[in-house]
Amino acid sequence: MNEIIESVKNLSIGFNSQKGKQISILRNVSTDIKKGETVGIVGESGSGKSTLALAMMGYIKQGLFPLNGECLFKSEDLLKMSSRQLEKIRGRKIAMIPQNAGQALTPNLKIGYQIDEALRLHTDLNKLERDKKISELLNKVRLPSPETMAFRYPHELSGGQQQRVAVAMALAGKPDLLLLDEPTTGLDVTTQAHVLELLRIIAKDTGTSMIYVSHDLGAIAQVSDRIVVMYAGEIVLEGPARKILKEPIHPYTYGLLKSIPKLSLAGLPASMPGSQPQPGSIKEGCSFYDRCNLATDHCEKNSPDLKYIKELDTSVRCFNHKELINQNNNLQTSITKKSSNSEVIEVLKLKDVSISYAKQKFFDQLLNKISDQNPTVKDININIKKGETIALVGESGSGKSTILKSIAGLLKTKDGQIKFENNRILSSDLKMRNPNDLRAIQLIFQNPDESLNPNHTVEQILSQPLKLYFNLSGEELKKNIIDLLKKVRLGEFYMSRYPRQLSGGEKQRVAVARAFAAKPDIILCDEVTSALDVSVQAAVLNLLQQLKEDLGTTYVFVSHDLAVVRAISDRVAVLYQGRLCEIGPSQNVYKFPSHPYTEVLLGAVLEPDPDIKPKLVAEDIVEEKPPEKGCSFQGRCPRKIGDICNSEVPPWQIGENGNAIRCHINIDELASLQQ
Amino acid sequence: MENNLITENKQKNKIEKAFEILKTMASKPSGLIGLTVVLFHVVLALISPYIAPYDYKAISPNTMLLAPSAEHWFGTDSLGRDVFTRTILGGRTALTVTFFGSLIALLWGGLLGIFCGLVGGKIDDVVMRVVDAFLSIPWILAMLLIVSLLGTSTEVLIPALGFFYGKGIVRVARAATHDVIAKDFIVSARARGHSNMSIIWNEIIPNVRDAILVEGAMRWSWMLLGFSSLSFLGFGVSPPTPDWGLMISNARGLMSFAYWSVIAPIVGLSSLIIGINLTADAFAKALGIDRSTKAPV
Repeated sequence: MNEIIESVKNLSIGFNSQKGKQISILRNVSTDIKKGETVGIVGESGSGKSTLALAMMGYIKQGLFPLNGECLFKSEDLLKMSSRQLEKIRGRKIAMIPQNAGQALTPNLKIGYQIDEALRLHTDLNKLERDKKISELLNKVRLPSPETMAFRYPHELSGGQQQRVAVAMALAGKPDLLLLDEPTTGLDVTTQAHVLELLRIIAKDTGTSMIYVSHDLGAIAQVSDRIVVMYAGEIVLEGPARKILKEPIHPYTYGLLKSIPKLSLAGLPASMPGSQPQPGSIKEGCSFYDRCNLATDHCEKNSPDLKYIKELDTSVRCFNHKELINQNNNLQTSITKKSSNSEVIEVLKLKDVSISYAKQKFFDQLLNKISDQNPTVKDININIKKGETIALVGESGSGKSTILKSIAGLLKTKDGQIKFENNRILSSDLKMRNPNDLRAIQLIFQNPDESLNPNHTVEQILSQPLKLYFNLSGEELKKNIIDLLKKVRLGEFYMSRYPRQLSGGEKQRVAVARAFAAKPDIILCDEVTSALDVSVQAAVLNLLQQLKEDLGTTYVFVSHDLAVVRAISDRVAVLYQGRLCEIGPSQNVYKFPSHPYTEVLLGAVLEPDPDIKPKLVAEDIVEEKPPEKGCSFQGRCPRKIGDICNSEVPPWQIGENGNAIRCHINIDELASLQQ
Repeated sequence: MENNLITENKQKNKIEKAFEILKTMASKPSGLIGLTVVLFHVVLALISPYIAPYDYKAISPNTMLLAPSAEHWFGTDSLGRDVFTRTILGGRTALTVTFFGSLIALLWGGLLGIFCGLVGGKIDDVVMRVVDAFLSIPWILAMLLIVSLLGTSTEVLIPALGFFYGKGIVRVARAATHDVIAKDFIVSARARGHSNMSIIWNEIIPNVRDAILVEGAMRWSWMLLGFSSLSFLGFGVSPPTPDWGLMISNARGLMSFAYWSVIAPIVGLSSLIIGINLTADAFAKALGIDRSTKAPV
């Protein structure tokens, strides 16, 4: 078992900058992959983890080139091979599973044909044997009815199923080494847990070695035997998964683990200061020096070597790792939020809101009638109190962002009312709202790359709302902008920068500042942290919480990440297919009894702890449309009791700890079932 | 990546920025050639009245169809006029008319395209169908009609050319706007309650400006060819004003024995068109590099 399959020795990869300087992205990386072992490579964006993984396939992105070192696959250097030689290895010996299978599969070829292609290329089987093999492979990746699946086109499959097909294709050549580049990142929580489970079983059954690249320590924890932590192009920590996750002895890993919000923990995660240095700006000394709280003067000038510690079977690149060994294991701490003293004033009320994307028929349009009987979002009743943070949670397609858009006035409602302050009805048409209402409700978007105008400086970006709502100009405008920047902890000199000159976290801070510029009462946050790195996410969450405590703003927080929601919200509403399933104070929603869907979601959350395995209680089928009648979750419910679920909309039941659940099963019974 | 490394970025003023774009354009041979040719023509058009050796309209039967010599560098034409004088003066009208023409095309085409892209819906449908209808009319026929109704003065030619060459810009501007419109920063501006005008001015124009300017530069060279074609057909500038298209038209019958009187205007016209084309190309590339977030590695 201890045979080494691939060994990376002293590998450095870099590029030439426009000024002719050589800039390295990977610096002296060495690691071994043993047979049958799953190695997780983890790091934040820009740490060089993907570059390393691709180099292990003998692939180097255009513009980059190896500076020194080698990648030995069965004692042959992949980086020196010709493309002919590499062809023989790729697919047969080393296979790759891409991040987005939907884009990796050819859209106009049937699934079976695409797998057949891989088989023809990598095996000598004849047609009949290949056909058998295709259904065998589809069966292996647990796709339902493999025979018919082979005749489907990629777009007829859900994201999780597409990813399974990609796994099947990779397995076609019986590779010794599987390379997975963030294979579950774009998937829903439940689907992600299922795919990871599948990968783990495959690794065990076939004895294939795997390299699993991800930024998500939760996913890494589920599959890896060994973990390699990358930072600024170097390996900073390498060792058995359990040791790395439970007792990290590098301050970066320690900080990273602390900055992950955890389900078991209320309150906000601690954030790490600063951000990863850009390639080319790495100074002498330890690359983590600026952000490290253990750093000494020695670290500033000398860069530590990767040192192997025998008793822990771990390699670490830190002078002061002993301090962390001795430090008590207090990974399970968090910053407690001030409980928001939510006054009982209800600032926003959603009453029987339905939203439909269906296009009106011409005749209905004349009569001003909307005919869709089964709208995307239906029967939403939520009362939002002043100063609270309410989270809308659900998988993709649950209608959470749709509701947010309607509150912002960007999408017309079909039925129902949105009431704002003293029961005043807000028009669902943006143009009919008065400027003060527009000011009072602000939006923050998921991806700051898209939500900031790339041709505006930070100053111009922040001056937009200030000019619009408060007619500021000249010195006063500038003073206000500086104040806003200070609020989001950015310096005055950021004013003249363009978004492309900022890091992801800084961009999101500017977006937050722009929302607060309007002095809003309500801020709608649409997945505001999902495009950010973990350590940055923690910082942004802390910032949002701080601003809220200072200014008393109300947040409507949309997210698919239950742990993030747990960290920031006071109240949670769980949505499935545009219908509410459960709503209640966040500490109670995370306790049983809960709606079967909440139960499924909670079970699928991946914790960065190898001892906490996800509980997979429901199939990861994707439903395209909400059911016409009955309970919205009838199609996937593990606790379905019968026809009543299909025919009648379940009643609201209020549990003893104050969360309302919409289910036909009696709440006490549900509690005993979920024990 | 380099861009991110710059920690202290001073906001460059517009002149500096323009200068930088010019520098990038001139850094490639094709761009340098294009810029030089265009600059040469512009300078020539400005100073030609002062350096012209002869009177452009002086007819003389004694000097008819003389071959190039020390006195008449490019020879003389069928009416005995100096071809060199007429050639260096011949670009003036064409340059002025097409420059202002393309400016008009850029303005109305660009703004209408952006507006249609932003508002969408029925207004967009109607406007685009009208534009399509105009696109289907052969421009030269329409131009002939306008010119024969309203005359061939520059006051007629500039707006007429501007109108006919702006139709294509509408499409380009609309497509560029569609690319931007789906981005969250536009949604954000909408949700804040900015007016359409403010969204066009602040959010869209900075992002589509480059694409429209490049398209405008390309149109300029096309318009130059179109204008010369009109003159060639006798519907552009009226004699005796020196103009390349007109000169080619007058001299083409004598090409077999007095080639000089036709070659000089052809060289003048084609060099300017190629020059503008090369410049527009280099301009697009220079802006493209500036626009992308990552420096090419």
